[in-house]
Amino acid sequence: MLTFNAQPKITKKLSTQLVIASLLSFGLAACGDSYNDSDNSYTPPAQPPMEYSYSITLTNLTYGQPLSPIAVALHGDTKMWQVGQAASVALEKLAEGGDNTDFIALADNLATTSSAGPVPPGTSVTLEISTTEATAKYLTVVTMLVNTNDAFSGLTGVDISTLTVNQEKSWRLNVYDSGTELNNEAVGTIPGPADGGVGYDAARNDIDLVGYHSGVVSKDDGLSSSVLTQAHRFDNPAVKLTITRTK
Amino acid sequence: MKVIKKSPIKTALSVLALAFASSTIMAQELSITVTNLTQGLHFTPVVTAAHSNTNRIFMLTDMATAELQTMAEGGDISGLVSMLTNADANINENPAGGLLAPAMSASFSLTTDSANTHLSLAAMILPSNDGFVGLDSWEIPAEAGTYTVFLNAYDAGTEANDEVRGSGALGEAGMPVPPPLDASIGMNGTGVTDMESNDKVHIHRGSLGDDDMSAGKSDINNSVQRWLNPVAKLTITVL
Repeated sequence: MLTFNAQPKITKKLSTQLVIASLLSFGLAACGDSYNDSDNSYTPPAQPPMEYSYSITLTNLTYGQPLSPIAVALHGDTKMWQVGQAASVALEKLAEGGDNTDFIALADNLATTSSAGPVPPGTSVTLEISTTEATAKYLTVVTMLVNTNDAFSGLTGVDISTLTVNQEKSWRLNVYDSGTELNNEAVGTIPGPADGGVGYDAARNDIDLVGYHSGVVSKDDGLSSSVLTQAHRFDNPAVKLTITRTK
Repeated sequence: MKVIKKSPIKTALSVLALAFASSTIMAQELSITVTNLTQGLHFTPVVTAAHSNTNRIFMLTDMATAELQTMAEGGDISGLVSMLTNADANINENPAGGLLAPAMSASFSLTTDSANTHLSLAAMILPSNDGFVGLDSWEIPAEAGTYTVFLNAYDAGTEANDEVRGSGALGEAGMPVPPPLDASIGMNGTGVTDMESNDKVHIHRGSLGDDDMSAGKSDINNSVQRWLNPVAKLTITVL
């Protein structure tokens, strides 16, 4: 009963505050209106388009898998690959041969950059990317583990529009398999230094769906056709990625 | 009868109070997608359930229940489902309508009762002796949004990982091989091991496999049917 009686009082106080608050905001709005009305000739100075800049650092966490030149792209709301979907030819070329030329040239990209060369195990690379495109809110980063048939790591279609200046975000990335080439690890099929074999081959002789990689088997662990050794094995995660908005 | 006059602000406040309450006490609507991230494993029918925080379907370093063992050795979730039903859980069974093939996803919705605050999932992975993909008691967030959870492969600890064709029946050796997998699994393996010295639920050490489809130790194909964790992704939207 007591609580029942007390409640209306609180309500009254609250409503009074609300009325004051709303009056205040009405007043402010009114001020704004009159300012605009009295200054019809006012034209705002031409604003240069807003520029968004990011610094991206990628670290190779593996023991013996150099990473092919890192492709970085900013684009609209789309994913460049998805588990359960077939890889694009551009992704296939990157995942089988480490060549990111076609991937960088994809029509969806609004801003791109690439590292100058491969990133050896235990090292990092930092790349800068800028855009004035308001819709370039999504990030894709991708690279091949070159001592494999078609393994790649990266992330795609990640919304970075909520990053404030100097804010950073970090991920530990797993390894995908493009599903476009059998993981036979055979001589002549691995483009990296372990073999120096052929990279991209247009024939698709695997599941033809992107998925997570099952790891390198190697000849040391019972794949007799393999040119790889225990030194080329890897586990998740393979890559650390950090993005910082700089502007 | 007493008529109570309500001021509009009071009504607004009560509605607000209700909205807050709903996030912790009321039922929740979940939209869930389970994705098989692998390129070489099949999942047997998946069971997903919201249950109270006092119940579990499995726990690392604990012995598997007979119900979990039945699921992990043969893919039969009926025991887990009846256990969960008895515990008043909200259950989704078999969203893929059979095997969830490599890289495939299955989606479903789940309405949870107020007491069922935690989510668990289980499905056997094939080929394996007693491997399963699992989620143990993930607390369902009160806040609406989309959440991603990555799932590991577990070993029920109830059967030796001999990696050869055999039975999915409780306590019988070998791996069950349903018809869709028949062509992709080898034959005449002599057996990787006949021991299972860790009889508690543990993170699966992975399969060894070999590259000989008609001989060797294992009937598992080492360049296709191995895996690295995580093996599944769960996307949960709290509406």
